[in-house]
Amino acid sequence: MKLSKSISRRESLKWIGVAGLSAAFGAYVRPAWAGSANGRVVVVGGGFGGATAAKYLKRLAPSLDVTLIEPQTRYITCPFTNLYLGGVRAFETLWHDYTELREVYGVRVVHQLAEDVDADRRVVKLADGEVLTWDRLILSPGIDLRWDALEGYDESASERAPHAWKPGAQSRLLRQQLEAMEDGGTFILVAPDNPYRCPPGPYERVSMVAHYCKTHKPRSKILLLDSKDAFSKQDLFTEGWKANYGDMIEWVGRSQDGRVLRVDADRLEVETEFGTVHKADVLNVVPPQKAGIIADRAGVSDASGWAPIKARTFESRQVPGVYVIGDATEAAPMPKSGFLANVQAKMTVQAVMADLAGQPAPEPSWANTCYSLITPEWGITVAGVYEVYDDVLREVPGSGGVSPLDASAVFRRQEADFARGWYAGIAQDVWGTRSSS
Amino acid sequence: MFDTLRPRHFFVIGLPLFVLCVTAGLLLAGDSEPADQAETLPDAVESGDAEGRVPLDSRAEIIAMSCAACHGTDGRKATAIPALAGKPAPVLEALLLAYKRDQMPDATVMPRLAKGYTDEELASVAEYFSALSPE
Repeated sequence: MKLSKSISRRESLKWIGVAGLSAAFGAYVRPAWAGSANGRVVVVGGGFGGATAAKYLKRLAPSLDVTLIEPQTRYITCPFTNLYLGGVRAFETLWHDYTELREVYGVRVVHQLAEDVDADRRVVKLADGEVLTWDRLILSPGIDLRWDALEGYDESASERAPHAWKPGAQSRLLRQQLEAMEDGGTFILVAPDNPYRCPPGPYERVSMVAHYCKTHKPRSKILLLDSKDAFSKQDLFTEGWKANYGDMIEWVGRSQDGRVLRVDADRLEVETEFGTVHKADVLNVVPPQKAGIIADRAGVSDASGWAPIKARTFESRQVPGVYVIGDATEAAPMPKSGFLANVQAKMTVQAVMADLAGQPAPEPSWANTCYSLITPEWGITVAGVYEVYDDVLREVPGSGGVSPLDASAVFRRQEADFARGWYAGIAQDVWGTRSSS
Repeated sequence: MFDTLRPRHFFVIGLPLFVLCVTAGLLLAGDSEPADQAETLPDAVESGDAEGRVPLDSRAEIIAMSCAACHGTDGRKATAIPALAGKPAPVLEALLLAYKRDQMPDATVMPRLAKGYTDEELASVAEYFSALSPE
């Protein structure tokens, strides 16, 4: 498969430029086997992990035959959905497509649902009956919601009490409900126990809801009922909520009876562990989660619902030849973030290429930064660098951490600007989206 | 000679050399497909250069792949977050080391990230990005 003319010339120039510099400085060179890897790789899932994997496979080894399977022609990101809910970002700015992957990189993009995997025969079966064979399979299925975990909360209940944790119609529904809420209403968010997609997500969400209410519905109340006693960037969120929203947001942790066990979506009521009933005007339930269903079909998930992986390569611990990346994995201490799905994809691509060439995988390195906005001008972060140590993942000692407390308005503003820069940067890196921000 | 490379030397030696390489690249590239380059390049480099230096491995590129998640593919996306491709290596290296040593008082996430790498890794990443064209 040949790349288009424009990229081929540019890539040629790059190679020669690098070669020239190598001779001069002894600089970077890719291992000899890397560029000529051959084989068929199928990637399931076109989000931060899967789309990145497909792109980087073709960037690093243009001779590979790469197919990406993703049911949607338009991908909507979870990151920044909260900004849409808060009324500070248009929904369309969260949409991305597969034009670059298809036209610039020569990835075959198939808009179908992957229904089943037979790892012995090395095939993926699609909903339309097509059967694809692979030499290596990369699964990046994201999450599925557990409809059996919270009494009263199933898929039909989510049409009255949205989760909006997989973006799309659910995001619009929650936004409409928030817009329809009367001033003085109560917005309740039910947050799950760990692990789940985007650890700071529920806290950014109530921040953005508060940002909207502060202007439009200032007498409203926001209640966050949590199944845990501590959460990501907790001190920074608490500080930011107080500074910007006074006592509009109330967080109730598990030991203060914050754990919700039952949902009544018709009455917009929830009941906690110790029997307290809370009535909402808008009820946002973020239920417990698991790896996307195709992980079960492929046999890579375990009793926890997530997929255990080998630290160095992210190859499944249960099914050889199948790699799993992104939120579906059991990769603690890494959080389930789009940023890490993107970096995991790049490391796993190299492991796959090495494996196809009969070589050991190079030593991986992963970084992560999770931005959260408390207001559009008040950003906070948690960052980390990860490595393999004694065959397990760990954060590099001395690296990482959260933004400082008591930072200046200029500092918070800068992290908010960088949050928007990050979104534009990663959207370009994953889908080739060219935005102006 | 390159062991003692200092920032100001970059402009005296490195920049003309870079221009030379790019010019040579332009002249040589023609319309050849990247696969051809990919096949011929490693052999050419594996043998080392005229002075027998062994090239670095792909560690720099591996680390740089994380950078792309904010700075764009190949560090070419400029937003509030700056692009990195084509910036002088000594400048990038000095910045990265200053982040790592908390010598940049108003910095946000970079000090926390830079502490995850050795000085040598940071130097190689700086060199990696400097060798890429800004597009």
